[in-house]
Amino acid sequence: MITRRSRLWVSAACASLGIAACGSASPGGSSGPAMLTKIGPGEGALNIIVWAGYAEAGQDDPTVDWVTPFQNQTGCKVNAKIANTSDEMDALMETGQYDGVSASGNATLRLMAGGTAAPINVNLLTNYADINPSLKDQPYNTYNGVHYGVPHGWGANLLMWRTDIVKPAPDSWGVVFDPNSPYKGKITAYDDPIYIADAALYLKSTRPDLHITDPYELDTTQFNATVNLLKAQHTVIGTYWSDYTKEQSAFANADSVVGTTWQVIANLLLTDKNPTPVAVTVPKEGSTGWSDTWMMYSHAAHPNCMYLWMNWITSPAVQAQVAQWFGEAPANLKACDIIAKTDPTFCATYHVGDAIYLHNLALWKVPLTNCGDSRGNVCKGYSDWLHAWTDIKG
Amino acid sequence: MSAGQLSTTRPTLTRRIARILARWPRIRVASLLAAPVGWLVVFYLGSLAVLFAAAFWHYDANITFTITKTFSFENFVALISDPVYRSIAGRTVMIAALVNITDAVLAFPIAFVMGKLAGPKLRSVLGVLVLMPLWTSYLVKILAWRLILSDGGVLNWLLKPLHLSGPGFGEVAVYLVLSYIWLPYMILPLAAGFERVPTSLLEASTDLGARTWHTFRSVVLPLVFPALVAGSIFTFSLTLGDYIAVSQVSSTQFIGSVIYDNLGVVGDLPLAAAFATVPVLVMVVYLLLARRAGAFEAL
Repeated sequence: MITRRSRLWVSAACASLGIAACGSASPGGSSGPAMLTKIGPGEGALNIIVWAGYAEAGQDDPTVDWVTPFQNQTGCKVNAKIANTSDEMDALMETGQYDGVSASGNATLRLMAGGTAAPINVNLLTNYADINPSLKDQPYNTYNGVHYGVPHGWGANLLMWRTDIVKPAPDSWGVVFDPNSPYKGKITAYDDPIYIADAALYLKSTRPDLHITDPYELDTTQFNATVNLLKAQHTVIGTYWSDYTKEQSAFANADSVVGTTWQVIANLLLTDKNPTPVAVTVPKEGSTGWSDTWMMYSHAAHPNCMYLWMNWITSPAVQAQVAQWFGEAPANLKACDIIAKTDPTFCATYHVGDAIYLHNLALWKVPLTNCGDSRGNVCKGYSDWLHAWTDIKG
Repeated sequence: MSAGQLSTTRPTLTRRIARILARWPRIRVASLLAAPVGWLVVFYLGSLAVLFAAAFWHYDANITFTITKTFSFENFVALISDPVYRSIAGRTVMIAALVNITDAVLAFPIAFVMGKLAGPKLRSVLGVLVLMPLWTSYLVKILAWRLILSDGGVLNWLLKPLHLSGPGFGEVAVYLVLSYIWLPYMILPLAAGFERVPTSLLEASTDLGARTWHTFRSVVLPLVFPALVAGSIFTFSLTLGDYIAVSQVSSTQFIGSVIYDNLGVVGDLPLAAAFATVPVLVMVVYLLLARRAGAFEAL
């Protein structure tokens, strides 16, 4: 709150003084310092906003650590802040205290359009040539033809259940949308407006009469049907989750027995000292998913360290580690050669390089009023999604 | 004329100030209060004013995701037109009222013992026991309640032999946790209230033939009522504003959690600011009622 407000005060002060250079909200991000042409020595520190599991320094498992070697090699001391949702990532980036972020598609557009993210000189990215071509030049990392980051990896939001309680094993999202579910009060869902897309995706295959083509492009009829489905779901929800540790403990204590998850949470539950019996699947209706991009703040205090980090985290060896720890498809295709030495089926399981599977995944993006098709400007924009989410939770 | 001569012919600055202060008691009081009152005005009222101003701004969640400082009532219109905000406000006030009643009932006996029955030694022991939870981290207490209330938690383990199960996470959990956490804030003013009840009045009541219940209802209760209301100001306002406990032991939306979500997660400061005026208004009404009950003399 303070930081946003102070940003406003700063821009107000700038406006009154007539200083054009200090404006920071001009679209296209052309306002920041000039793009680096050469990576200089590290500044000694790096503050980044990450999804859980993207910056491991041995805190969860002493053998899983790609932050310490980076620090030793570059001298950039990493301070990683875990964010739970894209909105939170965006709000944290707005504070101006961070150098970069591992942003998903529903945050990246705002960061690029609002000028919070800096254009990236891809010539300085040592691994850019090895990045999966299906992930390059996408709307979630390239804006008006300018690159704003380097792809990190991608994956699907999964359905997770307690195998000792939920029988038979579900193969449809219907299990979390059934208002008469036997698991009433033990169902969980991701606490973020973007979860509306998960419900829309389910309706896409179960209610063909609604003609949903894209779960992020919903006109009034489609949107209302989706919101009603989620309101009905609310009656069987025990708790929503956005903090991954909260979902982990909810499944461990059987407060939640079925619901949406990320692979990394299932991995943490299965590999815990007291493992929890859970399984995950991509249900037959398909899944929403994410494709993450490392982006840099337009006024980053440690730009060299951020470039060094982007090169480190996209190198084949580190990509292999992250992909296996988090449970996602690495962006760097060379990582698969390394993973195959210990887990030959991993890259096939996560459909690495499967452009059609990636294309069919409903990747997180910002819902816009412009439907992006012949319907025109009749779709519900994100502000409607935000208010609807408050309504759904009642 | 040199400075040295000056000080010998006229009183020093300190002496002159002292003389003014001695002659004008109002200046004396004003200079003592200047710093704390200034602090309150600038930081408390000032921040409230800024917050209130922000309630009229506009947050664009569709294209730019930034705040524009244009004046409009759109946030208040949204709050009034959408029934969900009314039900959230109603739910929050309801929980706050329930916490009030529960804490009052729980605090009564212990406050009575502390204020009237206990000797100085027992009183200080009880005082420490009441204060002890306040010296423990708020978050630790909430997380402990998570362990108690969770499905595989202590409560269900205890109730299992009786074929019962606990309330789990939700509104009941919020009610239990907040009642527990704010209880000391009710006990302390109430104990002070009991202390102020003259024992002679209780004796007089008995001498005049009143039974215990009659004495309690006609003598004790009217005398400690202002203290009870004073304590309830704390429990009520703290419950009204809480957002951490409610998010840890439930997924239900309360005023605090909606403000937090809009501010800390979404970045919609204007809507959050508009909604923040609701608990402020509720508290203004509550404080006016409390003043009528004489609670401010009992604080």
